[in-house]
Amino acid sequence: MVEITSPRFKANAREALADKDLQRALTKVPSGFIAKRAKAREKLPEFDALRDRARDIKNHTLAHLDLYLERFEAKVKENGGHVHWAADAAEAREIVLKICRDLDARTVTKGKTMISEEIGLNDYLEEQGIEPVETDLGEYIIQLRKEHPSHIIAPAIHVNRDQVEADFRRVHGHLPQDRDLTAPETLLGEARGILRDRFLKADVGITGANFLVAETGTSIIVTNEGNGDLTQTLPKAHVVLASIEKITPTLQDVSQNLRVLARSATGQDMSVYTTFSTGPRRADDPDGPGEYHVVLLDNGRSSMLGSEFEEMLRCIRCGACMNHCPVYHTVGGHAYGWVYPGPMGAVLTPSLIGVDKAGHLPNASTFCGRCEEVCPMRIPLPKMMRHWREREFERHLQPATQRWGIKGWAFFARRPALYRAASGIAMRLLGAMGRKRGRFASLPLAGGWTSHRDFPSPQGKTFQQQWAERKR
Amino acid sequence: MSARDTILATIRRSLKAEGDEAGRRQAVEARLAAPPSGIVPKRGQLPHEEQVALFAEMATAVDATVERVAGPGQVTQALSRFLRERNLPQAVVRGTDPYLAGLDWESVPHLRTKTGIADGSEEVGLSHAFAGVAESGTAVLLSGPENPTTVNFLPETHVIVVEARDIVGDYEAMWSRLRDRFGRGTMPRTVNMVTGPSRSADIEQTLLLGAHGPRRLHLIVVDTP
Ligand code: SF4
Repeated sequence: MVEITSPRFKANAREALADKDLQRALTKVPSGFIAKRAKAREKLPEFDALRDRARDIKNHTLAHLDLYLERFEAKVKENGGHVHWAADAAEAREIVLKICRDLDARTVTKGKTMISEEIGLNDYLEEQGIEPVETDLGEYIIQLRKEHPSHIIAPAIHVNRDQVEADFRRVHGHLPQDRDLTAPETLLGEARGILRDRFLKADVGITGANFLVAETGTSIIVTNEGNGDLTQTLPKAHVVLASIEKITPTLQDVSQNLRVLARSATGQDMSVYTTFSTGPRRADDPDGPGEYHVVLLDNGRSSMLGSEFEEMLRCIRCGACMNHCPVYHTVGGHAYGWVYPGPMGAVLTPSLIGVDKAGHLPNASTFCGRCEEVCPMRIPLPKMMRHWREREFERHLQPATQRWGIKGWAFFARRPALYRAASGIAMRLLGAMGRKRGRFASLPLAGGWTSHRDFPSPQGKTFQQQWAERKR
Repeated sequence: MSARDTILATIRRSLKAEGDEAGRRQAVEARLAAPPSGIVPKRGQLPHEEQVALFAEMATAVDATVERVAGPGQVTQALSRFLRERNLPQAVVRGTDPYLAGLDWESVPHLRTKTGIADGSEEVGLSHAFAGVAESGTAVLLSGPENPTTVNFLPETHVIVVEARDIVGDYEAMWSRLRDRFGRGTMPRTVNMVTGPSRSADIEQTLLLGAHGPRRLHLIVVDTP
């Protein structure tokens, strides 16, 4: 299992802010992803209509999830594949282990899969004497560094070029020490060479799935490198790890979703390789995996249906919400303390590992609303973060200052006259204190805010005063 | 209870689905029987000749190279010229695709072809696309002995022959053609949609071509005389 450090979110965030390498890497997030997505959106006039459509398709699917899953299972079997159901992470790990054991597997190659991270598969396989080899370049880099992804589509976004060079020199010890690795191309070429050999020798290939198609019993992966295709084509078995909400009814529906996925993620119209896999190698096939397995993981998702967090199950893991999140830009992905970072992680993580462990995450928000604005599936992320905050408050898990603060606010809010007087006083006080610089570097009881960003000093009147003046 | 039954039961309970079994089943069957096609971008809704032009334009925009030839008779020479200009060996690996087999190989006696799967030792793979999709410059390849999947990924250079008449405007039109060929609900083992050569931006978000798949993608678009 990935170690959960979400309860230490605040400490994690502090450390992230002090980490110079990380801060250097993070400066590139906004400029790259945001501009590319905006451009892709501009070039496709139907983009926003497609987002509505993608949302509706997923809502329909979730409302009939049991039936589409049954259909998917039947179609996979019809095509000679196997479907395994896993209620939790431990069950999923054991299913994968058994498939590997039955084939006497020594090494497994892996395409990028977040479900593998969620179930802590690599550590488990290693303990059992099976070597997992990550093949996505970013995943490969962080596997060498014994780290976890800090972004769902760009797992090594926190690592800079110099660090990659140092890692390659350390791990690829059989290559000449004086080789020139200055150009990024040489790093890529070296990884390509080393992994090519691993692809050809692997016994089992494990990938995730961006979508599963009920109509045909097909799993789909979307990649740019082609590593997922080599992973699933060359070994004796292809194992697909997918969570139950990945189901989509038809190929038509998938086409709608594909049009918003790559554009939202990297600003591409289409990723380089979109691959549809249906069952194992056929009778006349000269290549392809001899076995095809799909592991369907629940791990708490079936209970999210019908709850105020159901909409989170529409997520297609494009990463746009974190790419546009000022908190993510500041602290990076690892601070979130588990597998899923950014706004989608702040909502999903408490659902999957419990609000007692991840209660801080929904607070990692400025409620600027950009995540919801860019989410291709129109998931109301800020609203759901607020739901978590409310739940957390009800559970009395908030530290005393926050409880006191909200109760104090509630006391005044129920007494409008008193509220006006008190906030007016506070406003003038704050205004007088902060006017010289226009902002506060520290405020009593607001250390969580002011230690890393300045609190703007109030400009004049309270909202209620302004409202009253406007009405006149 | 098995994990399967537990998961399905929890889903039904969470959805409060007990009452309306027949209605729900009907909604699912209806969608699967007649998939609604949704929003198809205007971009690809063009006269066929313009779709072919858009296909080439979009593919070029994602770093593929494109050459259009007047008929099947010109394909092998175009291929040989491409290999020479790129300093690549005059040797390709390909499957048993009848269209490829029927090309004019005699006019290029120096060009060697190996028929079968790729094993990583070949520098150039040659495939025949099932279709091309204009809206994103995507070539669609089907697995099987005619065009083995390994040919698409192991060689450093991939050349795909796309017949102009197989170019359609959008993904939905491509799926209809596939259904016409294989029947509803049936798929080849692998369908590869390929949009440009392999790439990675995993090191400091710098885009580099040639990650694990082909570094070069060359499309030969062939008119039917
Ligand atoms: S929540 Fe929305 S924006 Fe974030 S990863 Fe999921 S689909 Fe993308």
